[in-house]
Amino acid sequence: MIDEKFDAIVVGAGPSGNAAALVMAREGLNVLQIERGEYSGSKNVQGAILYADALEQIIPDFREDAPLERHVIEQRMWTMDDRSHTGMHYRSDDFNEDKPNRYTILRAQFDKWFSAKVREAGALLLCETTVTELVRDLKGKVIGVQTDRQGAPIMADIVVLAEGVNGLVGQRSGLREEVSPDSVALAVKEMHFLPREVVEARFNLKGNEGVVIEAMGTITKGMTGTGFLYTNEESISVGIGCIVSDMTESEVTPYELLDAFKKHPSIRPLLEGSECKEYAAHLIPEGGYNAIPKLHGDGWLVVGDAGQFVNAVHREGSNLAMTTGRLAAETVIELHRKREEMSEANLKRYLARLEDTFVMKDLKKYKGIPALLHGNKGNFFGTYPQLISQAMQTWFRVDGVDKKSKEKAIMKNFRETRTLRGMLGDAFKLARAWR
Amino acid sequence: MNEMTTIQTAKVEEKLYQNRYLVDAGRPHIRVKPHEVPSAGLLAMIHLCPAGCYSVAESGQVELAADGCLECGTCRIVTKGTGEIEWNYPRGGFGVLYKFG
Repeated sequence: MIDEKFDAIVVGAGPSGNAAALVMAREGLNVLQIERGEYSGSKNVQGAILYADALEQIIPDFREDAPLERHVIEQRMWTMDDRSHTGMHYRSDDFNEDKPNRYTILRAQFDKWFSAKVREAGALLLCETTVTELVRDLKGKVIGVQTDRQGAPIMADIVVLAEGVNGLVGQRSGLREEVSPDSVALAVKEMHFLPREVVEARFNLKGNEGVVIEAMGTITKGMTGTGFLYTNEESISVGIGCIVSDMTESEVTPYELLDAFKKHPSIRPLLEGSECKEYAAHLIPEGGYNAIPKLHGDGWLVVGDAGQFVNAVHREGSNLAMTTGRLAAETVIELHRKREEMSEANLKRYLARLEDTFVMKDLKKYKGIPALLHGNKGNFFGTYPQLISQAMQTWFRVDGVDKKSKEKAIMKNFRETRTLRGMLGDAFKLARAWR
Repeated sequence: MNEMTTIQTAKVEEKLYQNRYLVDAGRPHIRVKPHEVPSAGLLAMIHLCPAGCYSVAESGQVELAADGCLECGTCRIVTKGTGEIEWNYPRGGFGVLYKFG
């Protein structure tokens, strides 16, 4: 087995672990990365949208050979009731640029590519191996890991935990609190294949242009959650996710929710004739800033989903994962070069780096949003989407009723359903949480 | 009645059939511990599990067939307070193998 001591061990080969391992290995550190899947990506699930900026910071020329599906030129935001959707669409030819800003990707393929870059940089990757526990010295400092392969523990100066939202190593070792059912969403997703010409005709696209749809409303049956539909080269990713504690109280299964979303009159024509080739499920950290656990200690750091680094409002996660992985790596490199100890006090510099970036700034900005939405889920995910749809229908249907009366009817419906006081309260709370 | 209220009960087996698995035969990575009366959380897994792995026996106990598990961890999080299940990831290399993710 492996008897050398490493400068760093990275647990997990998703975006955060790959970013951390690559940056450290490129700077000459002796890095071991351990992944439980057959290869990097085989256990990983995401919508998935790749935000170029975070990856460019690590691999500036990634566009040359990364497996990218479509660059996003159009974003559709929908609020839905059972028969309708009201949309805000933004499409711009400016997104057809030399270096596009957002891409759809398939994680199994993308992570495999990212992982090859990590190995080219000199890191050693051990797949099909699950880390079972941390090894500590007498003072409690983390000095290595034990895996499910036979043999002695593997030692390192630092262990970077990039083990994902359901990372057992850190939770079972007591490094961080167990994930709470009200701060994670359970998302299910299907991959629907269609000829690329059909995808392009259906979404008004040419070449590698892509469309993404984010949807909320009665599709989650009063639970806090969202649905999505993303165009890939010759497939469509369609999924829906809700907060676990809400789903526990409901009676609906995740796949019934997904099937109902797929059958919605606004979604069904987009999937018509497609062939489903995969069904996946994954947890998404949704607790925001207040759910971030302890991120560092003697001999260890936490990056990516394990640190709850997801901006649920903007549906950003993999970019936070890559950025936190890179910042953790830069912290370790600095200490390694100065021959300073990987102690809790020294590793605190990782937190300072995080505070300086969009990661912590954005999570702080929206820290009140998760509780606000969850606490008012009936209104935000049920009442308002229905009221908006009814208002639109009243307004657009031409039926001999005069416009003044239509305006009155719309306002009356809002007031009677949600009350003026309720609406003002919701608006105030939303504005305060958004600030 | 509209579409949303008349949806058929989805057959989760048909969905799982699309997936690739390497089953660690005889070594399930999740076990329900022997119990008399399941907690509300454990009972909720019957509808909550995205792979439909949980069912209830005639005698009232919750049973598990983990072969189709998608390794999301929902059941671990929901029952962590009661300790009714023993949850581990499959041994390295085993379990669901996502083609697209």
